[in-house]
Amino acid sequence: MEHYLSLLVSAIFVENMALMLFLGMCTFLAVSKKVDTAIGLGIAVVVVQVITVPVNNLIFNYLLKDGALAWAGLPDMDLSFLGFLCYIGVIAGIVQILEMFLDKFVPALYNALGIFLPLITVNCAIMGASLFMVERSYTFPESVVYGLGAGIGWALAIVLLAGIREKLKYSDVPQGLRGLGITFITTGLMSLGFMSFSGLTL
Amino acid sequence: MSEMSKTILIKPIFKENPIALQILGVCSALAVTTSLQVTLVMCVALTTVVAFSNLFISMLRNNMPGSIRIIIQMTVIASLVILVDQVLKAFAYETSKQLSVFVGLIITNCIVMGRAEAFAMKNPPIPSFLDGIGNGLGYSLVLIVVGTLRELFGSGSLLGFTILPTVANGGWYQPNGLMLLAPSAFFIIGFFIWILRERNAEQIEKNDYPMSAHTAEKGAH
Repeated sequence: MEHYLSLLVSAIFVENMALMLFLGMCTFLAVSKKVDTAIGLGIAVVVVQVITVPVNNLIFNYLLKDGALAWAGLPDMDLSFLGFLCYIGVIAGIVQILEMFLDKFVPALYNALGIFLPLITVNCAIMGASLFMVERSYTFPESVVYGLGAGIGWALAIVLLAGIREKLKYSDVPQGLRGLGITFITTGLMSLGFMSFSGLTL
Repeated sequence: MSEMSKTILIKPIFKENPIALQILGVCSALAVTTSLQVTLVMCVALTTVVAFSNLFISMLRNNMPGSIRIIIQMTVIASLVILVDQVLKAFAYETSKQLSVFVGLIITNCIVMGRAEAFAMKNPPIPSFLDGIGNGLGYSLVLIVVGTLRELFGSGSLLGFTILPTVANGGWYQPNGLMLLAPSAFFIIGFFIWILRERNAEQIEKNDYPMSAHTAEKGAH
């Protein structure tokens, strides 16, 4: 249990997807103008991470890994080079299914998250989490925890940044820094703050 | 080279720089820039992928049903990235280890998708190829600037050669550890955008809530 808790905390704070590993920056910078939208996108990312990382874990372990196809009578098959293509396919597929499912059964949530779901397919934080999961060879339960932690960490970062930007829009920023420039510097300062978590272990 | 292809090639480097102006593909720009060598490999990898994905998507553009075009683009891009990844693993194993997941993340790099959708879907193959190279170079320009600054001031060397001898090796330069850490990349890109926008005034973003003048209107006259 402790191991999973430690993995969760480290995925949220120590290896924060957005502020420490720079993943999902495009959406992070583009959709962080309002706290409401940031919360919506954050929740969508958490949901998609929790589903895609474990699914990709299963695909990697039972289909792609060296020798994983032994059950099909192909013990020498190593399909791990097909990884990228499979992961992105899985992500795109799951996002699409999730969108249809929400539209049909939970319309309220669909209206809140709907516009963000397509954005998530090309969010590198999602793909990144799957690739890190493969690189660090997590087991299935670990991959669930890691997906959850990575999602929460990203959501936390974007909500915090949106909060800062809402206040920042009334300030008198030098011309050239306005908008994107000052957002980068703010993110840098936040990242500096998050660095105080490094070395945190449970 | 004709005038038009020159424009296609040069424009994305300064005028419409994908990172500084369009905020595309920032993720990898920040993560791989701690050493110049890794940065250069990443630049070559990305430029190759953008150029060829533009070329192939443009060749296929008339045979692509609109409703599934995103999936086709993704497949083309993912296949190219797999190729690049395999080549790197075969010929530059050390560097590919350092790049870790970021080669794979070229797939979700918005520059690649963005150019495929915005340019290659509407233009013939050759201009699309040039546009891909131009955008790759625009991306590389920012990356190389950031990578040079970070390696030079962070560890006093460039491409592994010592430029500023560090205190630890009996020199005079005290390396700035911050440069090797995550936040410095954000600061450098922030300042880079500042300089670029001061030069090109039309890129400055409008202020949503402009400040009013300090004096009351009556007192101003």
